[in-house]
Amino acid sequence: MKRTVYFTLLLLVLALVLAACGGQALECEDEIGCVEVAPDEPITVAYMLTISGPTAFLGEDSRGGIEIAIDDRGGELLGHSIELVGEDSLCSAEGGQTAAQKVAANTKVVGIIGTNCSSAATAALPIISEAGLVMISPSNTAPALTDPNGTWQPGYFRTAHNDLFQGRVAADFAYNELGARTAATIHDGSPYADGLQAVFAERFQELGGTITFQGAVNVGDTDMRPILTNIAADSPDVLYFPIFEPEGNFIAAQSKEIPGLENTTLMGADGLLVDSFPEATGPAAEGMYLSGPYITGSAYDEFLSKWEAKFGGSPPSGFHAHAYDATNILFDAIEKVAVQGDDGSLLIPRKALRDAIASTANFNGLTGTLTCSETGDCATGEALGIYQITDAEISGGNWPPEVVWTP
Amino acid sequence: MAKTGRIDWRQLIRYGLLAGVAALYVSVIGMVEVFSQRSLITGVLTLGQLLLFSAPVLAGYLAVYKDDESQTAAFSLLKGVITGLFSSLPLIALVLLANAVNLRAMFVNVSPALIDILVFGQGTAVGVLLLLLSGAIWGTLGVIIHLLPDKTRHVVLVGLSWTLGAGMLSELLIQVFRPLFGSGFIRFVFQGGALKLWASIVVFILVTLLDWYWSKRREEVKTKMANLNPTQRRAGMGVGLLILLILPWILGTYLSEVLDNVGLFILMGLGLNIAVGLAGLLDLGYVATFAIGAYVMGLFTSTSSLGVGELNFWIVLPISILAAMTAGFLLALPVLHMRGDYLAITTLGFGEIIRILALSDWLSPIIGGAQGILAIPKPQIGSFVFRGPQEIYYLILAGCILAIFVSSRLNNSRTGRQWMAMREDEDVAAAMGIDTTKSKVLAFTLSAASGGLAGAIFASKLGTIFPHSFNLLISINVLSLIIVGGMGSLPGVVVGAFALVALPELLREFAEYRLLLYGALLIVMMLARPEGLWPSAVRRRELKGTEEEEIEGGEGAPVAVTAD
Amino acid sequence: MREKFFERFSWVSLVLNSFRIIVIILIVVGAFNTLQGGKYTTSQWVSLSVSGLAQGSIYALIALGYTLVYGILLMINFAHGEVFMAGAFTAVFVAEAFKESGFLDSSPLLAVTILILVAAVVSTVVAVILERVAYRPLRGAPRLVPLITAIGASFFLQYTFRGLYGSGFKSYPEVAAVQGTWHIAGNDIPIVQIVVFVAAILLMVALYWLVERTKVGKAMRAVSENKEVAALMGIDIDQIIVMTFAIGGALAGAAGVINGLYRPQGVSFTMGFFPGIKAFTAAVLGGIGNIPGAMLGGLFLGVFESIGPNLILEGLGIPAANQLKDAIAFTMLVLVLIFRPQGILGERLTEKKA
Repeated sequence: MKRTVYFTLLLLVLALVLAACGGQALECEDEIGCVEVAPDEPITVAYMLTISGPTAFLGEDSRGGIEIAIDDRGGELLGHSIELVGEDSLCSAEGGQTAAQKVAANTKVVGIIGTNCSSAATAALPIISEAGLVMISPSNTAPALTDPNGTWQPGYFRTAHNDLFQGRVAADFAYNELGARTAATIHDGSPYADGLQAVFAERFQELGGTITFQGAVNVGDTDMRPILTNIAADSPDVLYFPIFEPEGNFIAAQSKEIPGLENTTLMGADGLLVDSFPEATGPAAEGMYLSGPYITGSAYDEFLSKWEAKFGGSPPSGFHAHAYDATNILFDAIEKVAVQGDDGSLLIPRKALRDAIASTANFNGLTGTLTCSETGDCATGEALGIYQITDAEISGGNWPPEVVWTP
Repeated sequence: MAKTGRIDWRQLIRYGLLAGVAALYVSVIGMVEVFSQRSLITGVLTLGQLLLFSAPVLAGYLAVYKDDESQTAAFSLLKGVITGLFSSLPLIALVLLANAVNLRAMFVNVSPALIDILVFGQGTAVGVLLLLLSGAIWGTLGVIIHLLPDKTRHVVLVGLSWTLGAGMLSELLIQVFRPLFGSGFIRFVFQGGALKLWASIVVFILVTLLDWYWSKRREEVKTKMANLNPTQRRAGMGVGLLILLILPWILGTYLSEVLDNVGLFILMGLGLNIAVGLAGLLDLGYVATFAIGAYVMGLFTSTSSLGVGELNFWIVLPISILAAMTAGFLLALPVLHMRGDYLAITTLGFGEIIRILALSDWLSPIIGGAQGILAIPKPQIGSFVFRGPQEIYYLILAGCILAIFVSSRLNNSRTGRQWMAMREDEDVAAAMGIDTTKSKVLAFTLSAASGGLAGAIFASKLGTIFPHSFNLLISINVLSLIIVGGMGSLPGVVVGAFALVALPELLREFAEYRLLLYGALLIVMMLARPEGLWPSAVRRRELKGTEEEEIEGGEGAPVAVTAD
Repeated sequence: MREKFFERFSWVSLVLNSFRIIVIILIVVGAFNTLQGGKYTTSQWVSLSVSGLAQGSIYALIALGYTLVYGILLMINFAHGEVFMAGAFTAVFVAEAFKESGFLDSSPLLAVTILILVAAVVSTVVAVILERVAYRPLRGAPRLVPLITAIGASFFLQYTFRGLYGSGFKSYPEVAAVQGTWHIAGNDIPIVQIVVFVAAILLMVALYWLVERTKVGKAMRAVSENKEVAALMGIDIDQIIVMTFAIGGALAGAAGVINGLYRPQGVSFTMGFFPGIKAFTAAVLGGIGNIPGAMLGGLFLGVFESIGPNLILEGLGIPAANQLKDAIAFTMLVLVLIFRPQGILGERLTEKKA
């Protein structure tokens, strides 16, 4: 018994001595601290994405974007190699909290790309913010996250489009461009879809339109006939379902079999802006409109060919370009604020890093020109486009589809 | 066979090919490539290599496992070589096939990078030869391990597994050690998230020494432990409690967070244990009570627009528990006549109904629907706020101690024995004058209480709740931990919760393969210990009896008549 | 015992009876309101019922796997949904190849048959390995232990197939031959739904014949009645159990492809989860261990899911009724089980269970 006590004491003393020995060269003057990177150490960035469970495709999609962004820099930043560590934050609040605790405990992490789901971000944010970290999300869209009166906290940014912008753009397009006067909406119980359809419905009514139906399906449903039959009773001009694969495919495909929906135009959002969507849905998708980041152009084609070479196939969801941009915004900011020591060591001040990201202006990314606001919205809605799916995407293998309208 | 040193080809080929298929499996599902950059021991061994090469080593070991002493060493080694060669064949087939056709159209992870790793960065021809060679080497290594004297082998294996384990968990170790010993120490021992070679050798030596010491002193320590007098016992318990109290501050925030999650599952496990473990009522909808506890807490304490009353945590806590118990009571009524799987699916349905209602647009004006309830404040006593995982730990610890106390009292009570009688045979229990209706209702009601408590703490710990958190997997997880721990056993619940909740956290390293390994470990644990990791005394006795007499298992299980 | 129970605890039966009455009143009122409102035409109801039947027959095919295994081993094979996924996910690649080579359009019947065989073989292999590795060593263990290995196997299989084929969504190509509708009794019924329904019925009849009329079936029934006696009669129990898993697996694989014809999209590693739960529900609803019960349960569940929300909940004025589809399906399940605790066609359970 006694011996154990002595041994424990000895260990404690040793620990204190060793802890006291860690002296540093560069002086940190940042108010919330700095990340120190020794000469031979890598710069560590973390991802917090949903890489297991039914939403794994979202996480793999974003992670691919991050990895390609790192490759494009040759895996190096300021002469240090870039180390990507990752946490599975799932698509839930508790997953976000646990992942955040793990990342926050790692003092070497400079910044985080994540999370995918707004629920995970809501729970992760207090921890991330308090740890002095920055987190740029490629696919959080909940308005509250960038609302200072909502759940926003310093250090949070996103390159995905706030529901407030995207839902509004979709409603404007439907009312003004398509001339729709009646619309129905479907969500899938995710905060993303629910938020988008709510904003869409509100804006559409504000413009003078009528919402004939607001309903929901469950993730995992395959039979959409009941809800479509319900909607068909009013034959709305537009059916807006900003959800994901595969429920979105089922709705689009089955809508053509329901009498009463022949003249209804289908509309979705970036959750369905995926290469596999038109082909999987078939002719029923023809003419459907999707809102999403403005990603057309040679830079994006180049990105897709890099993806093909690295992972095979095409990205499994529509947020990889946001992730790519988010990563580059983070890297640019690190380059801007890092203090280099004579021996090659680095000091990255955390508050300055936040400020540098917040002051990002006219960043030329894959998803258009991004300018970050004080409260974290980097995609402010101008960089949205409305795409229309044609036969070229359904059977011709073309991707992305053509942009038919921009706000 | 052994005397002449004859080679049983069929067996060798079988082991070899099985090992080869295992190596093929980890390659094709992408683990080898993903972990090819993840070092265990810097510059010596990566996790990808370990995954790829451990199967042939095992196969070599198994190939000679049943041989007796008279087998000459040379023959054994030959067997290892043969097994190893065969274990390379599936991988060679993969390499050749991948060169011939585009396998990636179907198997996304058969990338050029993977093939390059498999052929050791050489061309196909050289690579195939190298594959054969490495197979032979690893197979032989397996045999060599077997040929070692028993004691040495034990020491080597223990040392190896600890060293590899340390390498595997080095990121976690770094996180724990950095605040304790400082960055200098970390850089001294670790490099690139892995152990340096010298450090791994030190770990190996330390572990083997400790193991040797322990094997010598084990008996002595055990008798000492058994002969402790009451004062010493109490002192021991005091020390244990003290350790429990300071634990979060030693472990840091992240591991405290893990402990908290384990604690919540212990709470739920203790609750469900009443229904499943004691009363034998298979409840697959336990998440319902958890959800109700959480939603009641969220609704009455939230400062958001959905919040009702913005009450204090401590006022709402009993309300949450009562609400959950009411739900348990109401659920018990329709299922009184149902047994076995009918009960299971009905309770599962109940859990799903609660989740769907929480998610529904119908109720969303009241409980938030898909957008959940935000801004749930943290609990507080006076000016002490349970802010982070290290503080909330105490709340959960208190809850667990309370639940353990209540459970152990129930276990030994009249009611507890009635439940157990009902679990063993409901009809006989009824015939013996046990009021099964009352017992069942009581079991469901009491069982819901700690689910509600866990839910309430969960809500205020998260600060925000979404309906997606309350899915079927929670029910399944809680049920699993009870059975993995050992049905009806209180320490079993604790052990099971650690095994099933902390383990996936430790497996975080494996990123997208985490749940794959979790599933595999779940199977392995149950195969290795069907009675659970820490079975209750009653059950241990039962199972022993079953083995000896080969009569029907405790649960009316079918009996395997023919030998496997 | 039942009588005694009601005498002593009349309040329980009071509560249960009022629950029944309330639910039934709600159903009647809801249905009445909806029909009174006249939002839907008769042909819409017919069309919803038929698509429900098609969906239900797929549930039924999967449910048979649960029921067969339960009948023999008295255990829930929780990983059965993954067996379904394995076949469906693998066959999708073959289907794509067939589509590209034009084989699928030139001789659809043969192509689909081959697809069904491929899926059935893959699912069978998975089911048999599952039995060998995760269940057989635990045959003497308490009943809940194999339930846990089944859950473990479920995770393992899901992530194995994710590792093999990736996490994205695949879809079955369109089979031109089953597009279009047939005009039956004034209603346009999609051909594919008829095909699905007929194929499922054929498979079920074949299974029924196998179990009732063949030697293997007789052996299976003998094993399910009494293992010791069956063994004494010279039946190889292990072999029969493997057969049972194989048959259940083959049916699940076939269901995978048939499902692919009907609902081509959404093929992924998680696709087995919900159908698995639904099929399990269907099996229990019909009376687990009972083959016609599984069919009936599946069809009932499918139809109820299809018309339930629109018929009942909408009439009650509940918004977004379709979202609550599963909730009312489970409520119906509880209602049925309150009336008949042994399921629609199940036998009264006398032996002790869990």
